[in-house]
Amino acid sequence: MYTQALNTKDTSDTSRPGDSARLAVFQATIDAEDKIEANDWMPEAYRRTLVRQISQHAHSEVIGMQPEGNWLTRAPSLRRKAALLAKIQDEAGHGLYLYAAAETLGVRREELYAQLLSGKAKYSSIFNYPTETWADIGVIGWLVDGAAIMNQIPLCRCSYGPYARAMIRVCKEESFHQRQGYEIMLTLCRGTAAQKAMAQDALNRWWWPALMMFGPSDTDSIHSADSVRWKIKRFSNDELRQRFIDATVPQGLHLGLTFPDPALRLDEASGHWQHGEIDWAEFKRVLAGGGPMNAQRLAHRRQTEDDGAWVREAALAFAEKRRQAKVTRVAAE
Amino acid sequence: MVETAMPIWEVFIRPRSGLPHRHCGSVHAPDATLALQAARDVYTRRGESVSIWVVPSAAIIASDPNDKDQLFEPTSTKVYRHPTFYDIPDEVGHM
Repeated sequence: MYTQALNTKDTSDTSRPGDSARLAVFQATIDAEDKIEANDWMPEAYRRTLVRQISQHAHSEVIGMQPEGNWLTRAPSLRRKAALLAKIQDEAGHGLYLYAAAETLGVRREELYAQLLSGKAKYSSIFNYPTETWADIGVIGWLVDGAAIMNQIPLCRCSYGPYARAMIRVCKEESFHQRQGYEIMLTLCRGTAAQKAMAQDALNRWWWPALMMFGPSDTDSIHSADSVRWKIKRFSNDELRQRFIDATVPQGLHLGLTFPDPALRLDEASGHWQHGEIDWAEFKRVLAGGGPMNAQRLAHRRQTEDDGAWVREAALAFAEKRRQAKVTRVAAE
Repeated sequence: MVETAMPIWEVFIRPRSGLPHRHCGSVHAPDATLALQAARDVYTRRGESVSIWVVPSAAIIASDPNDKDQLFEPTSTKVYRHPTFYDIPDEVGHM
């Protein structure tokens, strides 16, 4: 998902005397479905896992503004433009809720952001694909936000309180994203043959990358045990992927579109849609930086950061000047 | 590039008149004016609020989670603080 690069196990041991008793309390709290809060004791591995997961999630929201921003000035109507702008503002907001949640774990947003800009921290592979046509905006809302919702709903019950609360806000807002995307698809599919072909082309290009959002197959996923025990992760990658496919395929068929997977078929016995093999080599390549848009996404982000530096400096300098003036005024009185 | 850290502000919003302000998150901003602006942009995009408070995070004094039992546990045994502790005959009616 937005944190699909978390496929490494945290093995460093920083335990101290007395930790075993605290660990027992910590795990009992989680087992009782209570929340761990910012100031509560927690194992360092839990803290690090959350910082990485939440910050990757935040980076994904922030980078995720770019593919959609690409169509902002070319939206086909004012209605579509207003909706797209609102959606992109939401992504910025989601990034900020998440950075704020990560900061409760004792890291600074500037540090996390520096990791994104240096390329050290990952973000979701899905945002490294280009948005070639307007239909891509429809598909992103429908599939990418749809997949995100599938992943994020269980995160609303994550054991870490600040993350769970951020996810509740995010989920409330994502629903509009998915619906506006599907509505774009519906309009295109009911339009001219050329418009419908554009919708089909977008689905063809985005279907497999959307499935990859859920991360490696369970057989290759090595980080899950701790996350499951800590109730950060409640469902496996493959379980969530299957739910997404089962929910999405009928929606695509309703549009009169076909999926670019000849192996896709409904298994009558289980009621699940079975799919073909995912190209994991592509997944790894894109995640490692070799996707069509990786370089451009980061270059753009760095440029924006550099361009905005003088604004932040000026605002801080102004605040400091006002503070000084106040100190002087108070001293004079 | 790690530059000067922006101060953090805790954000409280009043969902509608008659309700108290509730904590909803935090923002980074150089001063109170911009903190209010950022809080409005980040936390009230859908009519969630009729009023915002921002408070420097550093100004919040919190109780220590380790003192939780010591601070709050004693009240759980003081059942006589609740109305249901007292028996009133039915014939007296609602009290």
